[in-house]
Amino acid sequence: MMMDDLKLTALPEKEVPISHHRFEPYVDNGGTVLAVAGSNYCIVAGDTRMSDGGYGIQTRHYTKVFKLTDKCVIATSGMQADTIALRKRLDTQLRQYERDHGKSMSTPAIAQFLSNTLYHKRFFPFYTFNLVAGVDEDGIGCVWTYDAVGSHERVRFSSQGSGNQLIQPLLDNQVGKFNQQIVDGPRELSAEQALSLVKDAITSAGERDIYTGDFADIVTIDQKGVHFEKFDLKLD
Amino acid sequence: MYRNQYDSDITTFSPSGRIHQIEYAMEAVKQGSAAVALKSKKYAVLVSLKRSSSELGSYQKKLFVVDDHIGIAISGLTADARVLCNYMRNECSNYKYIYESDMRVERLITKVADKSQVHTQRYGRRPYGVGLLVAGYDQTGAHVYQTCPSGNYYSYKAISIGARSQSAKTYLEKYFDSFEQCDLKELIVHGLRALRETIPNTDTGLTTKNVSIAIVGEDQKFKIIEGDDTQDYLNLIESGEEAAQPMQQD
Amino acid sequence: MSSEHFKYPVFGQVDYFKYNNVASQLASHTPSPSHSQELGAKKRTVDPIVTGTSVIAIKYNGGVVMGADTLLSYGSLARFNNIERMKKFGKSTIIGAGGEYSDFQNLSQVLDDLVVDDGCTDDGTTLSTTEIWNYIARVMYNRRNKGDPYWNSLVVIGHDNNKSFLGKVDLVGTCYQDNFIASGYGSHIALPLLRKAYKEDMTLDEAKTLIQDCLRVLFYRDARSSRFIQLSIANADGLVITEQIALDTDKWDSGDSAKKKKNQDGRKKKNNYRNDSTQVILEYGHNVV
Repeated sequence: MMMDDLKLTALPEKEVPISHHRFEPYVDNGGTVLAVAGSNYCIVAGDTRMSDGGYGIQTRHYTKVFKLTDKCVIATSGMQADTIALRKRLDTQLRQYERDHGKSMSTPAIAQFLSNTLYHKRFFPFYTFNLVAGVDEDGIGCVWTYDAVGSHERVRFSSQGSGNQLIQPLLDNQVGKFNQQIVDGPRELSAEQALSLVKDAITSAGERDIYTGDFADIVTIDQKGVHFEKFDLKLD
Repeated sequence: MYRNQYDSDITTFSPSGRIHQIEYAMEAVKQGSAAVALKSKKYAVLVSLKRSSSELGSYQKKLFVVDDHIGIAISGLTADARVLCNYMRNECSNYKYIYESDMRVERLITKVADKSQVHTQRYGRRPYGVGLLVAGYDQTGAHVYQTCPSGNYYSYKAISIGARSQSAKTYLEKYFDSFEQCDLKELIVHGLRALRETIPNTDTGLTTKNVSIAIVGEDQKFKIIEGDDTQDYLNLIESGEEAAQPMQQD
Repeated sequence: MSSEHFKYPVFGQVDYFKYNNVASQLASHTPSPSHSQELGAKKRTVDPIVTGTSVIAIKYNGGVVMGADTLLSYGSLARFNNIERMKKFGKSTIIGAGGEYSDFQNLSQVLDDLVVDDGCTDDGTTLSTTEIWNYIARVMYNRRNKGDPYWNSLVVIGHDNNKSFLGKVDLVGTCYQDNFIASGYGSHIALPLLRKAYKEDMTLDEAKTLIQDCLRVLFYRDARSSRFIQLSIANADGLVITEQIALDTDKWDSGDSAKKKKNQDGRKKKNNYRNDSTQVILEYGHNVV
């Protein structure tokens, strides 16, 4: 009765949501990765900055590119904790495959396997944005690009992560040579050209994207194996 | 009439305090072809003799990789060994997943022993009919272990199991003092010479077909050497013979 | 009510752990049936209650130093003034915790069990700090996957086999190693100072001083911090967690000791604590900014 009387006041009758701060399982730690494949090489770059989900940098030395086999790496941006879980899954399974079959899984097989792994967590996805890069059984460079739930495509070049929007059009133009009226020289880049382009690309992303910077891992993959090299980016 | 009325199930002791089923399982280990394990300070080596069921068939695999730092040689029922090997691989894999490091050899051996022990105490189970020689390397150095169907395990400087393994043991007992300081090659040669003792004189002896070698140690992942790759080591058995002779007379 | 349909992960918009069952019923004017099974059926840390603030740690020449204050807050209330937020695990590891303290106590039990089991293997080795840190990272990540996180950020230090270790894990399982780490407000306030002041091959004394300076600056700005701190050190000699240390911030005393003294001319003495308190900030700030 009292309650009804009180309701006659001018206060609007509406539900006031209790402020309920709930646990958010996802964090975006940022970062950019990209890869360019040629007929006998593949070059991958990833910065080593790990942001805290906002403006802060947690560490400047977190490497986003992992060697899976002698012919294949995975480069991942997104949520670092998910990245690690995903990498551990792949690594464990690939080791088992290697023991059971007496050889490493081929790069195209790893690409499909990653898709399956991501899709299995379709309803609570890994917040990861992946590139699988390497050389296939014939030594031909290859790149696969993914979304968080496993859609994938084999491409000649791609980028993922926070600097994706800055880098992809550059690669489209410089590697894909899309919509160019006059193409100067051969359409395919040499390994040296690709290496220098990849360095320029990740440096450019670092200019404008606050989640990209510090250092870059530049990884060259060919028949001889996987070769890592460090490259300086801006620390700001 | 049965040989014995207390040997039909695993959960019954004989009046003399023995569990015959376990002892029979231990006998199965002695039926398998011989395997030898020995170690120095930095390396552990497995050497084994492969058998083939017929001229038409391949030689039965005796050495298995468990992880980068652990491997096994088996004697007894190969099928049981594969089960144990898969179990060991799994344990190492899980350990690496959780701790990002290699499982300590003794921890793995304890797990295998605990698993084997269960099969010696539960009704309706049968013990594993296989003995393992485990070679591994971890932060405490090189290790050689033997596991038994009974659930026992032992750490050794050098040991052998399988058919006529006593002859190999006799060889090892003569030379084990020198093993600690051996380099990898010398260790392998000692292993092969020990293994050779287990072959009847009438036989063809050690060949590239019936020998497999495995090594593991400091900066050396567990690696199996088989087929033609063993030839170099087989050659060495003969070449160093003279040097070994004087010691034999000691 | 949340849609039954799956939504592509957009931060803060997908109710993975069915929190909305609870939240919407709480918010609703219509009383929910008291026999509802969902409501409050599952208990988890959805909000930290009794919390610790920053932990700071740096590597120095020969070991690692970590510092944290001894305050636990209950919201804005300074609830417990003398609680250790750093704890030893085994012979070579110390963990400093920020966030919900009960979660840390629970995690401590899990880790103590781990250390005991590890000792029981009796094989002449013990888990290294790196291994313990990796283990914690798996535990934290698994709990976040269940939607029931340990609401902590944990700084792990250790020293074994002549190697120093410094790493961090947070409530979603993010984990990394670095030469200096600060958690909580420290990541905003102390980390920039550390980035400027840190140099390789610091002595133990230099490292201790740097940690204390950082904690002092944090005390000046972080309203959930206290001036009573502890330091822990991991080096070849083993592990040390010091007694409580009162940071020298005397111009911020309260009570009798803070009564303003009159100058000889009878005028109130001008407060100079404002200058002093910013001294350190300026000292570092001068170099930093």
